Amino acid sequence: MKRRSRFVFSVLVFGYAFLYIPLVSVIFYSFNDSKLATVWGGFSTRWYGELFRNEQILDATILSIRVAATSATLATIFGTMAGLALVRFGRFRGRMLFSGMITAPLVMPEVITGLSLLLLFVTLQQVFGWPAQRGFSTITIAHTTFSMAYVAVIVQSRLSAMDQSLEEAAMDLGCRPARVVVDITLPLIAPAMVAGWLLAFTLSLDDLVIASFVSGPGSNTLPMYIFSKVKLGVTPDINALASLFILIVSITLLSAWFVIKKQERNS
Amino acid sequence: MTTPIKEDRLWQRITVATPYLWLLVFFLLPFAIILRISLADPIIAQPPYSQTISFDNFLFLLSDKMYALTYLKSVLMAAAATVLCLLLGFPMAYGIACSNQATRSLLLLLVVLPFWISFLLRVYAWMGLLNNYGVINNVLIWLGLTDQPIQIMYTDTAIFIGLTYTYLPFMILPLYATLERMDLDLIDAAMDLGASRTTAFWDITWPLARAGVIAGCLLVFIPAMGEYVIPYLLGGPETLLIGRVLFDEFFVNRDWPLASAVAVVLLALLVVPIVFLQKSQAGDAEQAS
Amino acid sequence: MTDNKRFIRIRGISKHFGDFAAVDNVDLDIGRGELFSILGGSGCGKTTLLRVLAGFESPTAGSIEIDGVDITSVPPYERPVNMMFQSYAIFPHMTVEKNISYGLRKDRVSGADIAKRVDEVIDLVQLGDFRNRNPDQLSGGQRQRVALARALIKRPKVLLLDEPLAALDKKLREHTQFELMNIQDELGITFVVVTHDQEEAMTLSTRIAVMEQGRFLQVGEPKEIYEYPNSRFVADFIGTINTFEGEVTAANVGSIAVNSQDGGALTALGEHDVEVGDAVCIAVRPEKIFISHDEPEDSDDIRIKGIVDDLGYLGNLSLYRVRLESGRIILVSQQNRRRSAKRSIEWEEEIWVSWRPRSSVVLVD
Repeated sequence: MKRRSRFVFSVLVFGYAFLYIPLVSVIFYSFNDSKLATVWGGFSTRWYGELFRNEQILDATILSIRVAATSATLATIFGTMAGLALVRFGRFRGRMLFSGMITAPLVMPEVITGLSLLLLFVTLQQVFGWPAQRGFSTITIAHTTFSMAYVAVIVQSRLSAMDQSLEEAAMDLGCRPARVVVDITLPLIAPAMVAGWLLAFTLSLDDLVIASFVSGPGSNTLPMYIFSKVKLGVTPDINALASLFILIVSITLLSAWFVIKKQERNS
Repeated sequence: MTTPIKEDRLWQRITVATPYLWLLVFFLLPFAIILRISLADPIIAQPPYSQTISFDNFLFLLSDKMYALTYLKSVLMAAAATVLCLLLGFPMAYGIACSNQATRSLLLLLVVLPFWISFLLRVYAWMGLLNNYGVINNVLIWLGLTDQPIQIMYTDTAIFIGLTYTYLPFMILPLYATLERMDLDLIDAAMDLGASRTTAFWDITWPLARAGVIAGCLLVFIPAMGEYVIPYLLGGPETLLIGRVLFDEFFVNRDWPLASAVAVVLLALLVVPIVFLQKSQAGDAEQAS
Repeated sequence: MTDNKRFIRIRGISKHFGDFAAVDNVDLDIGRGELFSILGGSGCGKTTLLRVLAGFESPTAGSIEIDGVDITSVPPYERPVNMMFQSYAIFPHMTVEKNISYGLRKDRVSGADIAKRVDEVIDLVQLGDFRNRNPDQLSGGQRQRVALARALIKRPKVLLLDEPLAALDKKLREHTQFELMNIQDELGITFVVVTHDQEEAMTLSTRIAVMEQGRFLQVGEPKEIYEYPNSRFVADFIGTINTFEGEVTAANVGSIAVNSQDGGALTALGEHDVEVGDAVCIAVRPEKIFISHDEPEDSDDIRIKGIVDDLGYLGNLSLYRVRLESGRIILVSQQNRRRSAKRSIEWEEEIWVSWRPRSSVVLVD
């Protein structure tokens, strides 16, 4: 019963083309044999090979993955707690402030978050002596802070949609409130928590500005490395890196989607 | 309408307190520190700011025309990108909401997929497309529309395209969420009563979609205001936006107090839209429940 | 030793949400083993009262005692009360068996005992083939039985049921009604049912409380409430009733006479606290009214002339809408007890409606 006009359909096509042409172009040029990244010199996979021999990239990648995994896990824990508190605990003291602090990081420009956290770390160092060296821990703290906002939003949305009588039924049958969360709530919001973790992981892996502010000498994340290279212009090895990234993300997301669709069709 | 049961609330307190404390320390406290440092003077020391209190930085910002222009330009750029995202994103969100269930999830996935790919790499991809030897110019020349490559890279237009490209999913998703909840029978009813397609849109669709529009616009405008990477990579040396100014004052000039002052003024400009967004989200959540 | 008639004692329970009193100072005694229904329209407060009984809402005032123990401030997970939710609230991530045994696992009952009791209760509700199914593979009726089994397995002192039959289709509803009554009879558990469906309440219950705007209007056995409603609201809420407003013309021992605008002179039996000149309402149920072509013979009968405005033949019943001289329409229903040789009653015919004085109900508010 729902129909689309031709106008809407053409905008849809244009929109998706707009979104995907740059990605396709990068993949295309990653196989370019020429050092001049956008002038076609023949088909080659040499840039992919060079990627794996580049120590700096490998180190940066490892650091980025460590930070992303740690901050995603912390963000999921804190974000779920925050989501639970905001949806299930009714009015509590300081709720407005809490709610504001949870949603503000979603929109705050990164330069502000980055700057503010760096100044915090510097001040902390002056007063407490920690952190002496900025690096893994400071970047992880920063990423956890803004990622938990995203997890909280996702968890809140799933919790609001959940039938609250399930939790009441558990209590009615003799389950203490704290245990209800473990028995009933968490299993049912688990998909949201997983989605939150993945989102936090991606956001962390992707962050450039905040990491630039709060990292220290010797701790380069992957985006920081990429940025330092692309400042000078388009380079072929970054083309290869970008293509790898695009392919990995696309394949992962699409297969996840297929799996979910198949599950839905079976039940 | 449930009132929480009176019993041992310890676990509840812990659940609230843990993220609360974290955010107080790592989100709120830093803002206080920025404010404090914005009132200091730069000195050659580690860390490079004094213990004095003065409004010099703010006076400087207000008096120097360059800063005022930069703020204004950032607002205009962000606003322009927001408008373009809306013009492009609304029909797209509408189209997705009108699709049948099967296509819908695939379409949504395709909107979200670029978002999961590194934002830096996507901006980088545009560098390849927009530069003088890039794809767009190659295509234009091949089509015979121009002889010489058009300078798109390092101009405001490039920044504009980059902003729209990056933030388009942020516009589509909240719009889709609102449109999806809307009962499309209402439009049929309006047309049955004599409204044309356009009138039905303005009378029925638009008012109901307003909440989603507001959310989408703010989700684009607020972060776009402070963008750093896109102006840096796609813009020229003359195109100064406030995000870049902040970064440069801090890292290049090592003038922490001035950078803090820039941040404070930017925040002040954004407070109204941020609060507006929070209110609208809260209202929207109440309506949905 | 608890008084069996006062197994559940509700005293002065109020529940306010801000200024709004959802439950307004109610008192109620429910006996052990009763199947008690709280009947009312939406927004009357019955669900709030049920939730207070279950422990999900703390009352603003008042106390609740069950079997002699004050449970007012006892949390829901420690009350000897279990609830069957309107949405059934089956845990989607557990099988039928895990759902049913959940309460026992929380009580740390031994595995062997759990297995035995699960078997018992699955037999009782006839879910034997569905033990290992997931909730999304069950029909509505099956889910309800899981919800019931899950609540019963803990052998609570009181079982609360929130609109138990609302989600079922008509045939299933009838079947389930009797099933519930049998189970309750067999186990002897006190049931408190909340419903908006008066037919349901009348069929299931030993006693009914009619609730409106947070208060109980009348509490009593189904027959009592139907035949002797104490207010216009109750009279109108249960079944249909015809009302005649009028003024008392004579108040004698054992009967009163009323002059009504629509019905003329009416009489009612019994002791009523009224005086001559008081405004009262005489009410009579449609099935108590007799309709005939000829004037009724018994001079005691109340009689009014009228014209058949509309009629409906329902097979077992005939329904008539009769227009009285004043223009007022009243409802009459007659069982079609025999294939009558007499001339049947048709549209626009002039007829007499009549009823015995003892069928009149006097309502003062």
